[in-house]
This record gives sequence, C-alpha cells and structure tokens, in this order.
Amino acid sequence: MPTVKSLEDLKKIREEALKKRDIKNAPGSVQVIVGMGTPGIAAGARETLREVLAFIEEKNLPNITVRQTGNIGLDSWEPILQVKIGEDAPVTYGKVSPAAARQIMEQHVLGGKPVSAYLIPA
Amino acid sequence: MKEIALHLLDLVENSVAAGAQTVAIDICEDLAADRLDVSVRDDGRGMDAETARRVVDPFFTSRTTRKVGLGIPLLKGAAEMCGGGLQVQSTPGAGTLVSVWFQHSHIDRMPLGNLPGTFLALSVAHPQVHWLFSYRRGEHFFEYDDAPIKEALEGLPLSHPQALKYLRELFEEGARPDTPKH
Repeated sequence: MPTVKSLEDLKKIREEALKKRDIKNAPGSVQVIVGMGTPGIAAGARETLREVLAFIEEKNLPNITVRQTGNIGLDSWEPILQVKIGEDAPVTYGKVSPAAARQIMEQHVLGGKPVSAYLIPA
Repeated sequence: MKEIALHLLDLVENSVAAGAQTVAIDICEDLAADRLDVSVRDDGRGMDAETARRVVDPFFTSRTTRKVGLGIPLLKGAAEMCGGGLQVQSTPGAGTLVSVWFQHSHIDRMPLGNLPGTFLALSVAHPQVHWLFSYRRGEHFFEYDDAPIKEALEGLPLSHPQALKYLRELFEEGARPDTPKH
C-alpha cells in the first residue's frame, strides 16, 4: 500500500491537532520512559517501546511524551519502563514485556492506577 | 542481540550519551559486491585513541574508571565471523564514526532485522537529536532527515498519534529489508 508522504501531510496533522487543542497541554503531562541501555535492548526494550507507541497511535492519545534513556543499573529488571504523571513521583516498572506495557498504558496511564504486578520493589 | 537493527540502537545510545546533536545512520546492502555496510556517525564529544581502542576491546586495559559496555565487542566479533569487521574512528571534541561491515551472503550473518522499528524508536524517543538515516539496497534508496519534519510540525511532538502514524508508515515503506533468502 504505497502512500506518498509529504510535508504537507504533516502540516495538516499539525493544523488538525491545533483545532483539537492537542497542543494546549503540551509538553505532555504524561511521560513514559523506556530504558534502552545494552541490557534493556537485549531484553526486548525496543518491542516494549514499540507497543507503547502502537498504543498511543491506536487510542489516539495526543499528550504523552515518550523518551528513551540509557542503562539505569537495574539490569535484572530489564526491560524497564517508567511512568511519570504530572508532578507525581515517577513509578518504575520492571520486566515489562509488550503485553505488560499495554497493561500499564491502560491501567496506569489512562486509568491512573499503577499496575502492582510489575512494580520494582524499592 | 540477533539483529543488526538492535545493535544500531545500542551503538546510538553511545552517541546520545556522548552529547551528540546530530546522528547519521547509514546502511548499504551492496549485493553486487556481496557486502553489507552499516555506520553510525555522530558529532558527540568523541574519544581519545586509547578510549576508542578500549571500546572495541574492553579487556585491553584493566582501567575501570569508565564504564564500557560489551555491545561493540560483541558486534565486532559477529562481523569478523562473517568476513567483515568493525572500526571506531574518533576525534575528541568532533565526534565518532563506527563502521561495521559483513559479507552479505555469509550464512552466519545476522539479519538487518526490524529497521523501521529502530528508526521509529530513535526518532520519537530521542527527539532532541537531529536524525539522518539512509538505507540503500541495490536500486532502492531511502533517506530520512528529521529537520524538515520537525519544522513542519512546529512543536507538535513526534509522539502525537498522527505524527507517529506518519513516521511509522514512512519507515515501514522505506526501510523494510527484503526477506532474507536463507
């Protein structure tokens, strides 16, 4: 299904977003951070990140910032995903498979309830 | 890591950690010359010769003041097993170029893997970096420069769902390697 991509398409996307006030709340009050150091990548962090992006696209969520970060020294917990909502303290999850990422996006990011099953014990 | 695309993510983390503002990833499958070339070029802070050497061979010195991962040595080993190699050229204050090459048809060569997934992850999740990607396979050539894209979006983040869709489709069309023959 080849589609021609142009910068005009992007300008349209931006205009639409402006109309819907998607930009109003930017920079996103929700931040999702995935650890992408060597151990994270080896443990499947790219697929975890991809699931987060797929979820955002699928549910059409305009105000989520996604970042990746290097090794944070919790190798045995990789892939690691962190959720930061507003001014709340960040919540760190470990062993986040794509399915786990989806659950975290649904329950925590959308529903506001952290998913205890994947929390890294302090 | 069983994909070149995953090793790319790993290499690029070093560039980002080195404070790179612009990172270029170039991939060329030259079937006529039976060669696969991959390179990552950054304008980060670079390394002196000794550090560059240690990055490639972490056991070269017992000095442990800097953290050195095993990603690059593993990739070098994988390339050398496939009639290729890996080189790190770095200039302190100017940047680093990591080049890897393989015999394209070598039976043990790992696949390029999910390049679109790697490109999408990098562009969206490291938006502060200026990304340049190129992927060539024979006559097929794909080139990506995110500067005009960011300009057209005028501050709308790349993680906006419509922008994500745009980028995902762009990379899926342009940077999907052919299915391996073996």
